[in-house]
Amino acid sequence: MMPCLPIMASRVQLEIGAGDFKTMKTLLVKSARALALACGVLMAGTAAHAAGEGPHVERQQWSFSGPFGQYDKAQLQRGFKVYREVCAACHSMNYVAFRNLAQEGGPGFSEDEVKALAADYRIEDGPDDFGDMFEREGKPYDHFPAPFPNEKAARAANGGAYPPDLSLIAKARAVKRGFPWFVTDIVTQYQENGPDYLYGLLTGYEEAPEGFEVPVGQYYNTGFISGETLAMAPPLMDELVEYTDGTPMTVDQYARDVSAFLMWAAEPKLEQRKELGLGVMLFLILFASLLYFTKRKIWKDVEH
Amino acid sequence: MAGHTKYVPQSAPAKWLEARLPVISLIRGSFVDFPTPKNLNYWWTFGGIAFFVLVVQIVTGIVLVMHYTPHVDMAFASVEHIMRDVNYGWLIRYLHANGASMFFIAVYIHIFRGMYYGSYKAPREISWILGVIIFLLMMATAFMGYVLPWGQMSLWGATVITNLFSAIPVVGEGIVTWLWGGFSVGNPTLNRFFSLHYLLPFVIVGVVLLHIWAFHTTGNNNPVGVDPKSDKDTIPFHPYYTMKDLLAIVVFMIFFSWFVFYLPNYMGHADNYIEGNPLVTPAHIVPEWYFLPFYAILRAVPDKLGGVVLMFGAIAVLFFLPWLDTSKVRSATFRPLFKIFFWLFGIYCVALGYLGAMPAEGIYVILSRIFTTLYFLHFLVVLPLLGFIEKPDKVPESINDAVLADHGKPSAA
Repeated sequence: MMPCLPIMASRVQLEIGAGDFKTMKTLLVKSARALALACGVLMAGTAAHAAGEGPHVERQQWSFSGPFGQYDKAQLQRGFKVYREVCAACHSMNYVAFRNLAQEGGPGFSEDEVKALAADYRIEDGPDDFGDMFEREGKPYDHFPAPFPNEKAARAANGGAYPPDLSLIAKARAVKRGFPWFVTDIVTQYQENGPDYLYGLLTGYEEAPEGFEVPVGQYYNTGFISGETLAMAPPLMDELVEYTDGTPMTVDQYARDVSAFLMWAAEPKLEQRKELGLGVMLFLILFASLLYFTKRKIWKDVEH
Repeated sequence: MAGHTKYVPQSAPAKWLEARLPVISLIRGSFVDFPTPKNLNYWWTFGGIAFFVLVVQIVTGIVLVMHYTPHVDMAFASVEHIMRDVNYGWLIRYLHANGASMFFIAVYIHIFRGMYYGSYKAPREISWILGVIIFLLMMATAFMGYVLPWGQMSLWGATVITNLFSAIPVVGEGIVTWLWGGFSVGNPTLNRFFSLHYLLPFVIVGVVLLHIWAFHTTGNNNPVGVDPKSDKDTIPFHPYYTMKDLLAIVVFMIFFSWFVFYLPNYMGHADNYIEGNPLVTPAHIVPEWYFLPFYAILRAVPDKLGGVVLMFGAIAVLFFLPWLDTSKVRSATFRPLFKIFFWLFGIYCVALGYLGAMPAEGIYVILSRIFTTLYFLHFLVVLPLLGFIEKPDKVPESINDAVLADHGKPSAA
């Protein structure tokens, strides 16, 4: 969905420092001047992150935010449909298996639904007893097959851009926060910048401003993390994916649903984590209170 | 340590054991009957908290190793396997990843407590030096641990940090190749980092035991900074401090759990959820937060070798702290000038940490240089001079006097 390779971005100057590290290293050794320069650019790179390069990411409402947050199963199912019918054409999701769709804390498909769904896919297996690879029906234990056999094939089919794997995309984009938000996030438990970013990207396609030259094969997007343009064409449009539950079939809704689905794909144990967390917190607070009074009693006769 | 107990074995098995290996009296002398100043405040609990986190790290680490694969082609996938397929794997990994940050939080507070109350001064210099060694070992361990998931920050962080050694004249390049086990950070690097990451925590445990041995030989320092003079000044470690430490550890666990269960990825960098790729350099290579002050010092110097020397110097100077501080008075409570400079030093460190995450350009470079200078001035100029310039407040005769004065009662002495 997002060819996020920084190389593809128009803000390439940020990447130069990091550029080709081996070249940089050689330079480092050879002359102090090159060294200072390279360090400078490297630091500029580090800096940009902290200094607040990148898009402004609007906060969205998610059912899974906060200490009691849970995924909305219907939303995950819709998001999965968007993923399957749109994203999966170019993007792999290597770490997710069909069986995961029926796991607790997920989209809530039944075992039978997952079996039927897996059977829709053809999986390459083998080698068989004759040493040949063969195709078979997908099984729940199979992972989602990638749309391309390798990176080269993916690039060839996508104008040189490599559509990243989506298994972890919702946790893999460093959205800037800046002071004081990175401090207040600790208290507010804000962890949804990944899906916020994905939603912002998917709804961020716009006409380029007057005078802005969009390179060939690139698309202007206000939500992209490493530049103004990216190689992914706008993937969503209204009515593109059929929703049967009456949910509006709009780009906005698709973007929301697929972002939620990708969050689940990246963090399938979120519900278990928050549930267990609540129990652990309540226990620790109770235990700490008891310890506090015990300690007071023990220390009662000691002046300290 | 054993000398602090009057324990005499009563039962036959205890007598048998004590005659051969006096381990019961050792434990009783160290952690039960051990006479401890009665005025230790909650800042003193962070040593125990740090030890608790170290144990958590070792236990969760051992479990993680049962499921992790140290190979550049499989490491990233094996971590995802832990997160998705291993029973409570997500919990074990989040505990371990956040535990590293918790360890540094506890240890930084512990170090600053030692600085405030002059715990490094005679006769506790060896305790302090062992502590600095633990700090160094922790940094090495944390750095190598961060490489193991083989995400983008793992790979490129390792590349940047190991490259620092290339600044050493003549042999630098050779050292870097030797560290890598090749001509770039690759599988041999990952394997040796894994090996050392498993080894060093046990070395840390060993040095921690020496650290405890040393300050149990001299006795604890305390907020007043006056050594215990009579039995009125001390209480047995158990049940008083076992209870106080336990309470503090459980409260710290609440803080720890807040991150593990609700903000598990707050301390990490998002790029580490992208598999390491030697062909794609991340836009921004940033160290973990606990290295940021040292990173700022590294970048403050326009010369690479100079930066590396100053960065290591910033830690090396800690070894000499017991002799750089010339004041005879330990506790900052009775040192009006030192107290001010202590808090200023705290500000320098936070400022350097902030600058370590900022661009090395314009005002940030200038500020980094100013705070780096102030950091070193604190140790090399301020502390040596204060001992001569400062007029300390009157130091109480004993811990008991201080406690009674605190409670507004007349001195019993």
